[in-house]
Amino acid sequence: MKRFRQNRDLAAVDGVHFGMGGILTGLCFILLLIVVVIPVVSIIYNAFFYQGHFDPTLFTEQLTDPGNLAAMWNTVKIAFWVTLLGTIVGTFYAWLLGRSDIPAKGLMRALFNIPYMFPPFLGAMAWDLLLNGRSGYLNKFLMSVFHLSSAPVNINSLGGIVFVELSYYFPFVFMQVVSALERMDPTLEECARIAGANQLTVIRKITLPLVVPAISAGALLILITSLAHFGVPSILGFSQGIYTLPTKIYAVISRTGGSFEGIRSGAALSIMLVIVVAVALMIQKKVLSSGSYDIIKGKSMRPTLIKLRGAKLPLLFLCVATLFLIVIVPLVMIFLVSLVKAYGLPLTPENFTLKNYSRIFAASGTIDSIRNSLFVSITAGILCMFMGTLIAYVVQKIRPRGKGVLEILSVLPYSLPGTVLAIGVILAWSGNILGISLYNTIWIILVAYLARYLSFSMKSSSAALLQVHPSLEEAARTCGASHMQSLTDITLPLIRPAMVSGFFLIFLPAMREVTTSILLYGPYTRTLGVQIYSLRDAGMIPQAAALGSVAIVIIIICNTIVTQATKDRKGV
Amino acid sequence: MANVVFKDISFRYGSHVILDHFSLEIKSGEILCLVGPSGCGKTTLARCLLGLNRPETGEIYVGDTCIFSASRRINVPVERRNIGIVFQDYAVWPHLTVKENVAYPLKKRRVPKAEIADRVEKALAMVNMTEYTNHLPSQLSGGQQQRVAIARALVGDGDIMVMDEPITNLDAKLREQMLDEIREIQRKSGTTVLYITHDQQSALQLCDRMAIMEPDGSVCQIGTDEDIILRPANRFTFEFIGVSNFIPVKNENGKLALAAKEREFPWDGVLPAEMKMALPSGLSVGVRPNDIVFDPDSPLRVTVRRSVFLGSEYDYFVDFGGMELRIQQNTLDSSKYGVIKEGSETGIRLLNYRFYPAKKEVSS
Repeated sequence: MKRFRQNRDLAAVDGVHFGMGGILTGLCFILLLIVVVIPVVSIIYNAFFYQGHFDPTLFTEQLTDPGNLAAMWNTVKIAFWVTLLGTIVGTFYAWLLGRSDIPAKGLMRALFNIPYMFPPFLGAMAWDLLLNGRSGYLNKFLMSVFHLSSAPVNINSLGGIVFVELSYYFPFVFMQVVSALERMDPTLEECARIAGANQLTVIRKITLPLVVPAISAGALLILITSLAHFGVPSILGFSQGIYTLPTKIYAVISRTGGSFEGIRSGAALSIMLVIVVAVALMIQKKVLSSGSYDIIKGKSMRPTLIKLRGAKLPLLFLCVATLFLIVIVPLVMIFLVSLVKAYGLPLTPENFTLKNYSRIFAASGTIDSIRNSLFVSITAGILCMFMGTLIAYVVQKIRPRGKGVLEILSVLPYSLPGTVLAIGVILAWSGNILGISLYNTIWIILVAYLARYLSFSMKSSSAALLQVHPSLEEAARTCGASHMQSLTDITLPLIRPAMVSGFFLIFLPAMREVTTSILLYGPYTRTLGVQIYSLRDAGMIPQAAALGSVAIVIIIICNTIVTQATKDRKGV
Repeated sequence: MANVVFKDISFRYGSHVILDHFSLEIKSGEILCLVGPSGCGKTTLARCLLGLNRPETGEIYVGDTCIFSASRRINVPVERRNIGIVFQDYAVWPHLTVKENVAYPLKKRRVPKAEIADRVEKALAMVNMTEYTNHLPSQLSGGQQQRVAIARALVGDGDIMVMDEPITNLDAKLREQMLDEIREIQRKSGTTVLYITHDQQSALQLCDRMAIMEPDGSVCQIGTDEDIILRPANRFTFEFIGVSNFIPVKNENGKLALAAKEREFPWDGVLPAEMKMALPSGLSVGVRPNDIVFDPDSPLRVTVRRSVFLGSEYDYFVDFGGMELRIQQNTLDSSKYGVIKEGSETGIRLLNYRFYPAKKEVSS
């Protein structure tokens, strides 16, 4: 009790609790200002203002340019088809693997998640090697077998782009729906059966409506990603003059050699792209207005499996064929081409060599690119993990007055295409503000990654914090812990698994990233993705394939570590 | 040992006033049960005492120490108040073992290691949890987690412990057992306890004194359990603390009549002197189910609609001039005087009735 005697000294203590909350809140705002607000404002400013004057001519010029309009139209068309088909395909396979008695489910589920891990532009490279309109291996083979005068399939087309993006993006819907189906209370379906509905009616009237929120969340992910996607359309479209907005932005900037004029045009195009994304999001919201159903429980349950009977074998064959087409074929293709002595030679053993590998590892650029990628991915992962948790904590637990603003700012970059973000970062950090110039350094890529991936870790930590009941922290306070101690002793250990998974949610995509870094890299700061891309661009296709194979191996190793690491932490 | 004094405490969420100049004293070493319906501000009051909520006005004293005063700008931070708390959801930290949970308050107060081990052991012994020292909370049942929470609240040797609905999540049998144990632990430790509940039954079993809180956040009666049951201060207490029947009363020149919905029954009840002034809203008579007895000769006629045998008593639902009354007759009496059959008509007499101002009839 003697401690309490000095109450007059404690009078000032009145503000301390608020102080800690205030400091954290202020910190969040400052971080988001630097990472998000400044780049976004820079784009808008530079698109509409020229040398300090309001000057919309650049924007209107870009908007009325027929080439740009065609690119916009392509972007919309590709995104529409990829989203529509991806949703259908993803939902179908999710149901098949989640609810039917098809064999080898575990293995197939793992395989279906593979496209999610791999960089789509590697897939595009593989398909380009196979089905290129002029020199694709498969095309040449088909032409010689059937004596055709022209290639039967041309992957360098809108359809080809849609196909390749589709094969990499349908897992978004697949994974969401599979987990929703698993968490769904099976009695809901059983009740419908008992009430006299047949199997198909149950699927149509009960199962599907219940997983609509999951479908719509996955579809949204596909839509945003596809609208902003750079890799596939750039690899498959450039040779045929097919542009989308992200590739157009890249083309405009690289054509002018990264001059300020080029970047300004890019900024104007970026605004077009942002408008397209915003409109698409609004339409999507209208079309798939999702309710959330409490009937989907958090717990995992054992659902009743539907017997496929006679359809089992054909459906199994369909699954295997799909997996073969989207997983095996591109992987094998990349690997085989990486062994070939020169691009264009037939893929036969006598043409194989390991020289491509020794050559890429002899080049300092390759080692640098791997090191750069590891550095920015790990740094961005760790920084985002803490920043995201900080913001999530402020939004969920401190709940300051501006928490809505914080939330919006931290998820805004999530719907901003990577290309747009890159331009914003260039405009903001090449000497215009406080003379800070990060251009051509690795830091500018890091800053862009922070903005791009912040929302990943924030969402992950946010969901975990919701599970931590306020009384746990309050109990610590009453036990004599300061606010900071209650945070480090109780809250952080409890959400550590979510923080770790937040880190890997950032690390893995950052490792294979190409969209943002292609605009930001400097002579010594190529990332792994950029290095593969530029090797291919320079015509060194077998070497690009070799480095691609190396990237795949790195990703597989990292992914295995992740699964092992997160498995160990399950008990916490 | 210390008493707790709330003086003139006001608290509101936005424009919603929870506590309005609230005052209450908890005597040193007693268990005071704060009983009130959900949402009346019980928990808010406890959080003010703990320092988790900051009142707008008033002062809080523990012993002779002021831990909060709005006018003198004193607000001892939560972590320095040394008040134990047992939350409704236990709030046992799931990533720490039982021992680590209980040791935490001591660690934060920089108690030497050897002493921590000793005191943790004692606290765990007090709640009979010594054999679970190294278990994680997920390996314990609800009742066991509850005990860990109590041990954690006790271990700091604070003078005061707050229990916020600590047994609501347990099943009936365990509840009873926990109440006994809480009582026992409190006897041993001599801690002053503020026990918050909406369940008057557990309050009766546990408390030294009870404070009844009205939905508007004011205390309408403080007293021993006998006081509250036998001499309820107002209609709210009478209704809240048990099952009750209310019948409107007509007073015509000293002649009383029970005005049931469809009929009036002349009644020989005695109106106390202070109630003689006819209240503008009229009068009601309140009577507990077990204070109504069957008397075939009484002019107050009822028809038995339903009777339920509950083991220790019979529960009757009877029709009294269009109103439903509830009557309880203990099994011993029933075997002596016979069970009234459903559908039969008989008379009743009211014992231990009390008069209250009539409530505005809400359409039922």
